Amino acid sequence: MRPVIASSWLPAMREPALRALVPLVLLALWQLASSLGFASDFVLPAPVSVLAAYRELWQSGDLQEALKISLARAALGLLIGGGAGLVLGTAAGLSKIAERGFDTVLQMLRTIPFIALVPIFVVWFGIGEVSKIALIVGAAISPMYLGTYHAIRGIDPKLLELGRTFKLSHANQIRLIILPMALPGILVGVRYSAAISLLALVAAEQINASAGIGFILNNANQFQRTDIIIAGILVYAALGIAVDALLRLLEHKVLVWRGAHV
Amino acid sequence: MSELAYPPEAGAAPVITRLSGVGKHYGDTTVLENVDFTVRRGERVALVGASGTGKTTLLRLLGGIEKASGGVAQITASTSVVFQEPRLIQALRVWKNVLLDDANKPDAKTRARHALRDVGIEDKLSSWPVSLSGGQAQRVAIARALQRNPELMLLDEPFSALDAFTRRSMQNLVSKLWARYGFGLVIVTHDLEEALILADRIVILSQGKIRHEMQVDLPRERDVTSPEFNALKRELLSSFSLTLT
Repeated sequence: MRPVIASSWLPAMREPALRALVPLVLLALWQLASSLGFASDFVLPAPVSVLAAYRELWQSGDLQEALKISLARAALGLLIGGGAGLVLGTAAGLSKIAERGFDTVLQMLRTIPFIALVPIFVVWFGIGEVSKIALIVGAAISPMYLGTYHAIRGIDPKLLELGRTFKLSHANQIRLIILPMALPGILVGVRYSAAISLLALVAAEQINASAGIGFILNNANQFQRTDIIIAGILVYAALGIAVDALLRLLEHKVLVWRGAHV
Repeated sequence: MSELAYPPEAGAAPVITRLSGVGKHYGDTTVLENVDFTVRRGERVALVGASGTGKTTLLRLLGGIEKASGGVAQITASTSVVFQEPRLIQALRVWKNVLLDDANKPDAKTRARHALRDVGIEDKLSSWPVSLSGGQAQRVAIARALQRNPELMLLDEPFSALDAFTRRSMQNLVSKLWARYGFGLVIVTHDLEEALILADRIVILSQGKIRHEMQVDLPRERDVTSPEFNALKRELLSSFSLTLT
């Protein structure tokens, strides 16, 4: 017989514990390497130094200010790019004419790495906010477009036939069948678009940022503050994880019908 | 929904759907050829035949889902279809699946409740389709068809995916609903017993043509153990075998 304790708390704790294990081991190795002097504090500052850098950034208010600005850039780019992707994907999904009209162009756009656009965007939009937002917009369009387009095209034709058989109007077919059934795929598009928006944010903030996380990184670079550089990089990582977790939660709430047993 | 004490007598009732010399081709493939077929108000007809003989295509013509390639098809606009699969919209709760575009009308939920009570699953009103069993999902599909108050109900092998017990209870349900509402009924099936339980007239198709028709002169409520039922079953089986040669 298995011990009672094993069956009660171990299974519940096992997953988070397993997930935390590797990062914690890496963190310990990192601290150990610094403490034993394997890495100089300039090349790889110890975790405690990075923590101290956070405290410094937080107390001066720089981090909060930078987060607000960076998040606003990513959100605005995602909103415009994702919105455009949603509209174009819906149009291409619903209409063959629309699909033939702009699918090729969007597929071409998709194959261009968005980082390659940085020089031309600087020429077109300058080094201010516009080129940063434009870069994020350009990056966010394709995943949203593809997600929406495939979600709509992937709907079971038998359901669409049902709509015709029951003489639903075109608007009602879209409202009752197409959009609800395409929602899971659209939400996948949202997640990809959000992730790539954060990537584009990092690239965009390398263009002469005068505010935001990228500005902190550039400044730290000039003052050779490796601890702040690492702190800034980890903020980008945390943003990525936080946004993905948030969108997963949203997905869980919105798509309750997929696993419901009510 | 209008309740009838008894379905009108077939034969005396007016024709609601008529196909005259109808054919259906897909490219070079002929699926139906020169089919004459009528359904009267309140009449129950079963279409039987082996796979690929055009029974489902015939039903789809009756439902206006497909257009005939030739001949004259006069079909009633008031039809509802129950497909082989329930075809529920997984993202909508059961009651919205029943009502579809009527879900915004006043008293909508009450109407859905009545329709679901008719098929015996009123308690599933607010459930999600994913939580239903196969039989329950097909009951929702029947409620959805019934809610439209159709003159002609078309069933396309509706119970072929269900187990024998569930199938029998679904057959009873359809008989009961027909007796209450008196719609015309055309059912496609490859189960000869099901045809004898649910129909007053059985049409046998083979290679796209109507090969044989048989009247089922049995009491409205079928007793599958009676000698008369079994005699008809033997007769149907032998007619059916003849069409296979």
